[in-house]
Amino acid sequence: MIERLTEHRGLDGFDMRYGSLILAILAIGVVSIYSVTQGQHKGLTPYYLKQLMWIGLGAAAFLVMWASDYHQLARFAYPAYVFILLMLIFVLFEGRTSKGAQRWLALGPFSFQPSEFAKLILILVLAHYYSKAPRVGWLQRVIVPGLLVLPGLLLILKQPDLGSGLSFVAIYAAMLLMVGIRSQAIGFILLFGIMLFPFAWEGVWGSLHDYQRQRIMAFVDPGYDPGGKGYHALQSRIAIGSGQLLGKGLHGGTQSQLKFLPEGHTDFVFAVFAEEWGFLGVLILLGLFVGLIWLSLEIASKAKDQLGALLAVGIVAMLCFCIVVNIGMTAGMFPIVGIPLPLVSYGGSATVMTMASLGLLLNIKRKRLSLFY
Amino acid sequence: MIPTNYPETEFGDLHRRLLGLRVGLLLVVGLLGLRLWHLQILEGPYYRDLSENNRTRQVLLEPARGLIYDRNGILLANNVSSFSLYVTLEDVKDREVLIHQLTELLGLDPTVVRKKLETRGSKLLPRKIKDRMTLRDATLVESRRLDMPGVMIQVESQRNYPGGLIAAHILGYVGEISADQLEKPEFGDLHQGSIVGQYGIEKSYDRHMRGMAGQKSVEVDAVGHVKKAAVVERPEAGNDLYLTIDARLQKLAEDLLGEEQGAIVALDPSNGDILAMASRPAFDPNILSRELTSKQWVEIVQDEGRPLNNRASQGQYPPGSIFKIPMAVAALETKTMAPSSTVHCTGGYRFGRRVYRDWKAGGHGYVDLHEALVHSCDVYFYSVGQRMGIDVMAEFGKDFGLGRATGVELPSERSGIMPSPAWKQKAKRESWLPGETISAAIGQGFVTVTPLQMASMMATVANDGVNYRPRLVQAVMDRATGNLQELPAVPRGKINAKPETFRIIKDALADVVTKGTATRAKSSIVTIGGKTGTAQVAALRPGPEEDIPKKFRDHAWFVAFAPVQSPKIAVVVLAEHMGHGGATAAPLAKEVIEAYMQLPSQSPVVTSGLPAVSRHDEGSFTES
Repeated sequence: MIERLTEHRGLDGFDMRYGSLILAILAIGVVSIYSVTQGQHKGLTPYYLKQLMWIGLGAAAFLVMWASDYHQLARFAYPAYVFILLMLIFVLFEGRTSKGAQRWLALGPFSFQPSEFAKLILILVLAHYYSKAPRVGWLQRVIVPGLLVLPGLLLILKQPDLGSGLSFVAIYAAMLLMVGIRSQAIGFILLFGIMLFPFAWEGVWGSLHDYQRQRIMAFVDPGYDPGGKGYHALQSRIAIGSGQLLGKGLHGGTQSQLKFLPEGHTDFVFAVFAEEWGFLGVLILLGLFVGLIWLSLEIASKAKDQLGALLAVGIVAMLCFCIVVNIGMTAGMFPIVGIPLPLVSYGGSATVMTMASLGLLLNIKRKRLSLFY
Repeated sequence: MIPTNYPETEFGDLHRRLLGLRVGLLLVVGLLGLRLWHLQILEGPYYRDLSENNRTRQVLLEPARGLIYDRNGILLANNVSSFSLYVTLEDVKDREVLIHQLTELLGLDPTVVRKKLETRGSKLLPRKIKDRMTLRDATLVESRRLDMPGVMIQVESQRNYPGGLIAAHILGYVGEISADQLEKPEFGDLHQGSIVGQYGIEKSYDRHMRGMAGQKSVEVDAVGHVKKAAVVERPEAGNDLYLTIDARLQKLAEDLLGEEQGAIVALDPSNGDILAMASRPAFDPNILSRELTSKQWVEIVQDEGRPLNNRASQGQYPPGSIFKIPMAVAALETKTMAPSSTVHCTGGYRFGRRVYRDWKAGGHGYVDLHEALVHSCDVYFYSVGQRMGIDVMAEFGKDFGLGRATGVELPSERSGIMPSPAWKQKAKRESWLPGETISAAIGQGFVTVTPLQMASMMATVANDGVNYRPRLVQAVMDRATGNLQELPAVPRGKINAKPETFRIIKDALADVVTKGTATRAKSSIVTIGGKTGTAQVAALRPGPEEDIPKKFRDHAWFVAFAPVQSPKIAVVVLAEHMGHGGATAAPLAKEVIEAYMQLPSQSPVVTSGLPAVSRHDEGSFTES
């Protein structure tokens, strides 16, 4: 234990490798946002400056989380969940609509996305739930937490925010796998899912917004509606592909600079980065992400208690899901579901939430190393 | 195995599961990397090509063409919006269904539409099916556009001439730039599809009126849909022209000619301003400025009356007896004749073995210069011509602007012929025959002139020898600065003759009207001086005028100026195949002069207060 303490330099468990990975990824994000929003209207605060501001706010959240105690936080999991559910209900009525979805709540001059924070709170809720007492039987292991997830999930899908909804499901599934459901249970769920699929499909497909259906159709059949959402996917592929090995350089990305690529600073920021920095840049970014996840998994495996381990797993699952799905969709492997790339995409709520989550991870590590707990 | 920090519970296999997660993560990231390697390395060149072709497209914004006003600010040419229907075959799902829809909706002829759709050409380029659509039809099509893929309504700027046929030959018409024109340097900044002046002032002042095309940068997606457009460069409207013509006088002159073929030109002698320039038959510039079918074009070109020919500046006729005016000036100035010296006219003039006849069978008896002009005695001028010689005649003729273009701002002006031995040697490779001098002396033989030249000659005499270049444009309104640039009159020189000479000749011309060959031009409100002329069409005249088929009848000339004391207007009338000038042409000149003298005082010439006229300012878009 003491050996390990001396092994990592840094203050009270603050891992410098961890910090530098986060900073490197954030820097890539800021540079890409800076590059793609060059032609932005004068007079408005540039996006990259705003993003730096969010990062500052995120750093504060990171430090607060790191300095706190996740045991204390877990205690407030349920009230926080109720609070965020109320916010999600509120956003349906009072939220700011953008691109057909009602996701934002105005907060003074800023607006934020409750669904982003709901993810972290859900992780807290589930970790708290599983760590409280021995959970045995599929009812306690699967159904009850499932019921906990459901209201948040439904509210988010109602906005509609398919990306956050899928993140919810991913977090739930990852934690379910970690607490070790039996293979029979997995089989049962799969069977149940397949049996329910036609009905679910009908319900889900029917409840989707037009643009969501188009996005899915565009994925299934790229020739469908070439001027519509398939356009995103195609332009994104062109952007990434045309970057080739070395990329076109900063501001050199014609796809993103000439606005062929929509949402270049948010959901499709990876395509911007890939166009301007090429395959080499992509490998570096993927390496940074893998390193971050790797360190996070180490924290999970060395957490001193179940709560810590579950929290860490939930956070890792959330990050992994966002990274994989975002890159997968920009590269044309998945349908476009509107999930930001953690730490890279422009966006206040997501940046602050992600950095807070990482702060929480370090907190888990810190508590493991604190001898006097 | 790494020791766990928490007790053995049902979470005991967490490490195994985390290991699974790590393996899974590496697998998924590996897959992502593989996919990106595929996109960026394997297919990289392909996507690089796509991105090169993606980008922006430049779309031209056509400028609004300058307007044309008359001297009083009456609008003669402007631009109106016009809707055209285009079909892009590539986007058409079912051609027959589309033809059916279009015929149902717009009442178009299905065979015509089918033919237009089936003509060879790129499937990707929109082809025009119908132009000049009504707003109603255009909105009808627009509202059904989703049912008719490939159909597109374009707003285009269409040149419009509110007066219809009025001043058609002066204004000219516009049309799409031709392939030949595109090669020329003066059209260097233009492009396929640009509209340029093709005739008349539209052509000669094209540079002023065409303006500068602007540019719009349009971002298009992979299928050419415009995603975003930004005006990079605003189009600059062309400059407006203020002509010297008075639309009222112009209309009168045209109406006077009516169905007859001919020309009327009215000039202001004091500055060369063309007040009216009529040529009949005329064409409708509105029709010619549209896209004509080849059949329509052939019809116009093959019309016997040659309506595209501006008879005032392009028609070349023997001047006949009006040539006696410069002859008289020459006779006095060269002292070939004294004002009082007489010639005995017996009705014929013997030269060599040939007798040159006078128009009056019995002759005029003893005539001096005055009498010779008043009664248009041919024998007197035969005698003058013979004494003077062709070279002196040619010199004076040239001084009066014969044999060279006046320099009016119209394309393809003809210069006529002022013959001389040198000219004949060059043009016909024959030597000059002495008898040809005799014919030339009364404006027959090789001499040809345009009505405009004759008007200019008359104005020069009226102005005591001071000559101005006839002009049609008196001011250009610069759209960019808002400045009205008035163009100064252009002096062309002065006939070196004594004032006395002009006084004698003008007196004689006044008597032509009061008691000579042109009494039908006599006006009760203004003193008019003039001279009749008859241009022979066929050499032989086998009988009375009425028996000759009209196309062999002579052309009637009349030149006039008024008032005699201080001339304000010079007029020429040429009526083709109308016989003697005194009978048919003179009354027309009188009407023009009287109308001009009676016109309500003109509004101050375009110095301030431009008339408010709606402009079609937003140009139409043409893809480059």
